[in-house]
Amino acid sequence: MTETIKHHLTDALLMGYSAGALPEAMNLMVATHLSLCDTCRAQMESFDILGGCLLEDNTDAVAMDAGALDATLAMLEDGEDVPARQIRASEGVFPGPLQDYVGGDLDSVRWKPIGMGVRQAILPTSGTASARLLYIPAGAAVPDHGHQGIELTMVLQGAFSDEVDRFARGDVEVADEDLEHTPVADISEDCICLAVTDAPLRFKSWIPRLAQPFLRI
Amino acid sequence: MNVKKTGSNEPKEWVAEMRLIREARDKSAFAALFQHFAPRIKSFLIRSGSDPVMAEECAQEVMVTVWHKAHQFDASRASVATWVFTIARNRRIDLLRKERRPEPEELPWGPEAEPEQADILVLQQETAHLRTALKALPDAQRELIEKAYFGDLSHREIAEQTGLPLGTIKSRIRLALDRLRHAMK
Ligand SMILES: [Zn+2]
Repeated sequence: MTETIKHHLTDALLMGYSAGALPEAMNLMVATHLSLCDTCRAQMESFDILGGCLLEDNTDAVAMDAGALDATLAMLEDGEDVPARQIRASEGVFPGPLQDYVGGDLDSVRWKPIGMGVRQAILPTSGTASARLLYIPAGAAVPDHGHQGIELTMVLQGAFSDEVDRFARGDVEVADEDLEHTPVADISEDCICLAVTDAPLRFKSWIPRLAQPFLRI
Repeated sequence: MNVKKTGSNEPKEWVAEMRLIREARDKSAFAALFQHFAPRIKSFLIRSGSDPVMAEECAQEVMVTVWHKAHQFDASRASVATWVFTIARNRRIDLLRKERRPEPEELPWGPEAEPEQADILVLQQETAHLRTALKALPDAQRELIEKAYFGDLSHREIAEQTGLPLGTIKSRIRLALDRLRHAMK
């Protein structure tokens, strides 16, 4: 399953996820990719170990209040044990964390057209970054756009190609300000992606730009 | 059983205490874990922007979670300190940002996937190497990493970190993941 993934998350993103420094939408991207990619999962857990070392070697530990241990021991009786880890490997197009945000798999998405046959669905996340699903019909192109911030695009179904490479299920394209690209879906299948950006998109052609305020992109 | 390391230079691993907590619901093992980790969690939360009263309360809650989630701890994938760190970090996001934190799909964990003692020891050794390497970093670089983990850097300010021996740990964890994937079939 994971061996076919060629384009991975950057170390900076994996460390940011581990450190708890990413906005929610980016956490969603990372969690979705990690569900499909054990290479990145192992790297992220390595960053967790780094966090553990920092906690362990924290030189200015702050003393707990007197009676803290007794208070905590008393609390042990109240709560309930969390059941053993549950396997959440999803059968559908969307990995588990994404299904949590969509409220189901592909058939639960409420798409809105954004032109040229391309459709999108904005996912509810708080903070400075935004997440949306993109539906690109087979053979179609996403309107040519640059972006002010970092844009992460992960393929969930089908594949697309742009000036950089070809991206298939599980692959993530990490695009910064400098990249102006035109993703084109493979002709064989409609392409569905999760796209996350930490700044609004700016489309180059005038119609999408006019529509931008209404589309919340 | 886990070998307790009592030498002054060897860090204590807490794996034996975790097993006692998980299998015997041993409160004195929990108390020992509490005395060690609760002050560190409290400091972590204060450095991340929490006030001391809230940090005290949360450190207690994190330790309660440690008790209730004890059987989720996998010593071939993480040290006890790492596992406690992830619980404290999630609580911090919950508390200070009031956001959900999406988690990857879980891999199975159960008796059939019980890790080999040898795997646990190798991970402990690799973790010790990483700690040493972290301490040997130039001050500026180590401070940058600390800032990232204590919540003082935005994701844009986190650069790719090099010079830390993460590669060997990563390959150990990868083996543990492969074992879990295999157990799923
Ligand atoms: Zn990956």
